[in-house]
Order: sequence, then structure tokens, then C-alpha cells
Amino acid sequence: MKFGIVINEGPYTHQASDSALQFVKAALHKGHEIFRVFFYHDGVNNGTSLGVPPQDDRNLTLEWSGLAEKHDLDLVVCVAAAQRRGILDEDEMGRHGKSANNLAPGFRISGLGQLIEAGIQADRLVTFGD
Amino acid sequence: MATLHTVNKSPFERNALESCLRLAKAGSSVLLFEDGVIGAMRDTRFSEKITQAMGDFSFYVLGPDIKARGLSNDKVIDGIQVVDYNGFVDLTTEHDTVQSWL
Repeated sequence: MKFGIVINEGPYTHQASDSALQFVKAALHKGHEIFRVFFYHDGVNNGTSLGVPPQDDRNLTLEWSGLAEKHDLDLVVCVAAAQRRGILDEDEMGRHGKSANNLAPGFRISGLGQLIEAGIQADRLVTFGD
Repeated sequence: MATLHTVNKSPFERNALESCLRLAKAGSSVLLFEDGVIGAMRDTRFSEKITQAMGDFSFYVLGPDIKARGLSNDKVIDGIQVVDYNGFVDLTTEHDTVQSWL
């Protein structure tokens, strides 16, 4: 079955990113397809490469990047939510005249259309949030 | 058309579970996870509401989130089924839609 995943909460806030990660791992393990993971609202903070959690704590951004690489996942960060929170890729950095970019490997910035498409294409859309 | 409702907040913190039980259609299922697992514990002010709703809904609770909070499966209200993440995935495929009560 094809899954779309929505994450509305940043890492280390409550548990949304952790729960979604475990859910996606279990779904992949069971042979399901993850059509897309869409990071919305504060969820875009999962996509920053500049987080430095303590070494004995989980690094959620790295976990997502690693899972994306291993399973060719499409991790999409909402552009409007990302701009507000200072999550930029190289293009956005140039477009807004900023001095740095911080989007983590495996993530890409796009728009709400990607969420709508996930809702249409996926058999199930599962939302994790606050 | 059966819906899986997911509730991730304790009923002592928010009214998500109460709203869910009030509005969900009979025959739906409810999965309690994250802080929502508190709602699955017996002998609380809320337990009776769950037990009463069992005629209309099937209840599930995520075992790893019970353990993460230092709680035990022994404390889960009779009739609520404990599942793991694989079970969570299965619940979503066995139902037609998933409604997250955030």
C-alpha cells in the first residue's frame, strides 16, 4: 500500500517526528511504499542540517536523511513554512539574498501542491503532530 | 467505511479523546499513542468513559509508548488491545481512512 505522511511538529518538541519515523520504518519493513513525507508548520524544523543534539541523544534530522537515502524517500519541506522559520536551500538563499543555507541532505523544498498530490496518490495519509 | 482515529494527547491534558468519542461514528477504531496512552490506563477518572464507549468503538494502544512512560501493559483497561508499530501500520491499512486528532 502507498502511504503519505504529514509531520506538523518540530523535532524534540513532543514526539511527532519520532512516531512518524518509527511508523515509516515499520511500514517499509512490511513492504509498503512511502509516497512522500511532507513537513509542514513547525515540522519543517526537522529539515535543518544545523541541529547539534547531544551525542547520546537521537539525531532526528540525520535519521530522516539516512532513511531517505536508504529507501529513496521523498522528504518535502513546505516552502512558506520553511521561509518563516529560516530553513533555506541554496536556491532560496539566493532568491532572498541570505548568507547561508541549511537544508539537510535528502530533503527538498516545495509547495503545498505536493501535500495535495500525496493525499490523492497515496492510499492512506497519516498525520503526526502536536 | 471504517475510520481509524488516532489520539496522541492525554485526556487529562486536552479534550481530543473526548471530542473523538463524541464525534466518531460507531464501528470506528481508536488508537491511543504518545501521551494518549494515559487514556488507556485503568482506574483513572477517565477509564469509565472508555469502557462505556467499547460498545461503539474498538480500542487500541501503542505498547512502546506505554513502556516509554514507565507504565505497564498490566494497567491497560480490559478490552483495549496493545499493538506495536507494525500493528499501527496494519490498523491504517485495515481501515479506509485515518483521522488524527491533533
